[in-house]
Amino acid sequence: MEFHNPQQELDRFHSRLTVAGSFVLIAFGVLFARFVWLQVVQHNYYQTRAEDNRISLVPIVPNRGLIFDRNGDLLASNYSAYTLEIMPSKIKGSLKSTIDEVAKVVDVQPKDRRRFRKLMEESRNFESLPIRTRLTDEEVAKFVVNRYRFSGVDIKARLFRRYPGGGFASHVLGYMGRITDSDLDEIDDANQEANYRGTEYFGKSGLEHHYEFQLHGTTGFERIEVDAGGHAVRTLARTAPVAGNNLTLTLDAKLQGVVEKAFGNRRGALVAIEPSTGGVLAMVSMPNYDPNLFVDGISPQDWDDLNNSPDKPMLNRALNGTYPPGSTFKPYMALAALTIGKRTPEQTIFDPGYFTFGNHTFRDDKKGGHGYVDMYKSLVESCDTYYYMLANDMGIDNISSFMRKFGFGQKTGIDIDGESEGVLPSQAWKKKHFRRPEQQKWYAGETISVGIGQGYNAYTPIQMAQAVATLANNGVMYRPHLVKYITDTATGAKTYIEPKPVRTIPLRQANIDFIKNAMIGVTTEGTAARAFADAEYVSAGKTGTAQVYSLKGEKYTEGKVKQELRDHALYIGFAPADHPKIALAVVVEHGGFGAQAAAPIARQVFDYYLLGKLPSAPAAEEPKELEGD
Amino acid sequence: MIYQWRPRQLWQALVAPIDGPLMALAACILTVAVIVIASASPNRVDNELINIAVALVVMRVVAQLPPQRLMHLAPPIYIAGIMLLIAVALFGDVSKGARRWLNLGFMRLQPSEFMKIAMPLMLAWYFQKRETMIGLRDYAVAAAILLVPTALIARQPDLGTAVLVFAAGCYVIFFAGLPWKIIFTMLLGAVAAAPLGWSFLHDYQRARILTMLDPQKDPLGRGFHIIQSTIAIGSGGIFGKGWGQGTQAQLEFIPERHTDFIFAVISEEFGLIGNIVLLVLYALLIGRGLMIAANAPTLFSRLMAAAVTLIFFTYAFVNMGMVSGILPVVGVPLPFISYGGTALVTLFLGIGILMSIDKHRMLVQK
Repeated sequence: MEFHNPQQELDRFHSRLTVAGSFVLIAFGVLFARFVWLQVVQHNYYQTRAEDNRISLVPIVPNRGLIFDRNGDLLASNYSAYTLEIMPSKIKGSLKSTIDEVAKVVDVQPKDRRRFRKLMEESRNFESLPIRTRLTDEEVAKFVVNRYRFSGVDIKARLFRRYPGGGFASHVLGYMGRITDSDLDEIDDANQEANYRGTEYFGKSGLEHHYEFQLHGTTGFERIEVDAGGHAVRTLARTAPVAGNNLTLTLDAKLQGVVEKAFGNRRGALVAIEPSTGGVLAMVSMPNYDPNLFVDGISPQDWDDLNNSPDKPMLNRALNGTYPPGSTFKPYMALAALTIGKRTPEQTIFDPGYFTFGNHTFRDDKKGGHGYVDMYKSLVESCDTYYYMLANDMGIDNISSFMRKFGFGQKTGIDIDGESEGVLPSQAWKKKHFRRPEQQKWYAGETISVGIGQGYNAYTPIQMAQAVATLANNGVMYRPHLVKYITDTATGAKTYIEPKPVRTIPLRQANIDFIKNAMIGVTTEGTAARAFADAEYVSAGKTGTAQVYSLKGEKYTEGKVKQELRDHALYIGFAPADHPKIALAVVVEHGGFGAQAAAPIARQVFDYYLLGKLPSAPAAEEPKELEGD
Repeated sequence: MIYQWRPRQLWQALVAPIDGPLMALAACILTVAVIVIASASPNRVDNELINIAVALVVMRVVAQLPPQRLMHLAPPIYIAGIMLLIAVALFGDVSKGARRWLNLGFMRLQPSEFMKIAMPLMLAWYFQKRETMIGLRDYAVAAAILLVPTALIARQPDLGTAVLVFAAGCYVIFFAGLPWKIIFTMLLGAVAAAPLGWSFLHDYQRARILTMLDPQKDPLGRGFHIIQSTIAIGSGGIFGKGWGQGTQAQLEFIPERHTDFIFAVISEEFGLIGNIVLLVLYALLIGRGLMIAANAPTLFSRLMAAAVTLIFFTYAFVNMGMVSGILPVVGVPLPFISYGGTALVTLFLGIGILMSIDKHRMLVQK
């Protein structure tokens, strides 16, 4: 055993105390360094983190801009309502049991459950989805009392779109729906992500979509101090939202109503334009649908009904329906002939009732033919043979390059997205759109039916309306548009959509006057004379019938053909003929002859717009009087 | 003899065993405690004042006891402590997944807490008995005395207390003169055995260590405490946000803000300045303790004084280290400041022992 000297022991103890003391100082030095690092060097970073913890920005969704017609009639507004919403990521237990429990407090119908399931499938993560909308005050009170029992279920006050007219002008206004991924891409592209925090709905079609970023407004924010549990403690600051801009349309709601009524339950489209501005006065696609169905999430049943209906109510026929123009093409053909010098008004042909090209016979509607026909008579009586010959003389490329100037086969640029192009046939078009070499070649025989607006011709009603408005306006073409001006809600400033001519087609006035005169003849002594009998104004127009189904040599008899194979009835026209205030194009799908089905609708429109006469019933179908439309 | 009312003499008798500098430092730290608890958890101030009163009474009583008496009490206290720990393991109440409490019917006892003092007491007693003939065999016995209760506490599991008890014992052995050769060999061995030790840790203990290494890995779960406390400290800056103005503390982002994480509240509301003041107070307290140890007359009192002082240091360092994110989260309170009666009584028991050692120095020398 070692000998222990007490003094040695004490010295050792003291040296160990020194070691311990030094260790304490070093350890405290480390802590001090750590504090300097956190509180001095990194202070700004942690300051920000603490602020972020504390402050929560709660978006306040702005009121969506309103939509008015040209006379100030309200077409789209908002209402505020309570919805009961479930955030699926936050509920405890199964979704079904949660909904079952909720249903004991607030009425939940099977259709609500189905709609909720549909929303779930379409939703992004962490979204709060409505299980019930439009809660009554009593239901709100009942739920609030029971709220503690449900996590992830809450009542929200939300703004919804309201379309007071129901299906009225539905294709113009469009509809709203919950934001989807593709909507988010649009929001990103517009650099509006921040402004859409808190926004749940997005314009899906029509003006609601095209003017989405005008209508939306500026989202306001509340800076709220929150505790660690995320509960609001107090509001620190508030930036009020700015309501979206209001749209005032060129559309005349009353006229639109007259048109919708005139169609009755027939399918088709009508576009009426103010020729001197391009402002759209009426744009109707029938049947329409009720956009209110979409406002708080459409039920699967309604969705299926709309999508599976053979009438295709969701299709905007005015912009996306493409139809052969039929005989409404003839005034432009005649004008082309005058312009490029292929015909003079006086030149006369003999129509035996058919035209033979190679070994193919093209028939005229009138048995035995129209006899001797000059240009005026060719339009008034709608003689096909005249135009078979003319088309053959002009050639397809002459026709298409002239028609292109009137906008046929091109998007008009109207302020609704997704417009169709249609087809303006030409050699180049055929080459581009067909794959096999024998199909790519243009055959001279194909030109002949193009002359009467058949063949490959396919245009949208908006194109036809733009073309007739341009003709009415003596070749000065405007872009059709629906919005007259946008009102800034914050300042009240109005931004007018200035009508600027797209182009002025180089035409001789004498030629235009001749064509217009012949179109007046159509309404006074021609195919539309019956429809316009006793009119208190002079209008110009042209009827048309577009073949849907090719009858191989048989005589077309209406009663024998199934309704969906019946011809489309068309009418283009403008009035008053000398100073046109309104130009329109009408298509009645499977309506038969244009003179019968389409012209009477045009008559009611003109009667109302020029004279203020309200029709009492849908436009009657005129009995067929003249052969050849 | 007729009793005469002489307040001055009475006061002198009352304060006689109390060490001025230690008392003054403790009073400063307790003032900080009351101020901070008034901000972090205002409705606990009254209870804290009661805790302080109880702790001061304990201190005064212990300060009066001669170290000799304390020494004789060491073996019974230690053995009783071991038996209570075994009782806890067998019949203890489970709370938050750990078996730490013994329910005596009228009160709940946490025996591991007493081990913080009983452990150094027992070891100091042992070394005193073996004074002048301490050899390697004695260190082996000391190791056994140290490891049995430490293992029992670690099993509960209560890593924080186990660390403190273990540290307390180690300090005694260190000051008793364990040769440096052995110390370094054991440190190296410990480093080498660390991976093995990892496999003995509970999942929650491993998680705490991983969390310390990278709190961002699990920001809403285990990392939340440490992220929020570092944000509190960092956002406090040099001068702090002011008393009652700490957003992290007042909006309840800091967990356990009146107990284990109270240091984050101090840092946030009083800034770097407040932290420096606190570090200086602790350093002075520890310095005074080491001074008492240096002057202590017997081996027992030297070892006891030095160990108790370093326990204060361990509390302070481990707590501030974990709250500021450089040590894993273990349940160690900030000494004299964290709310809670048990820890405060234990700490003032230590202060009382230091005072007793200091005041009875002269008597022994005489």
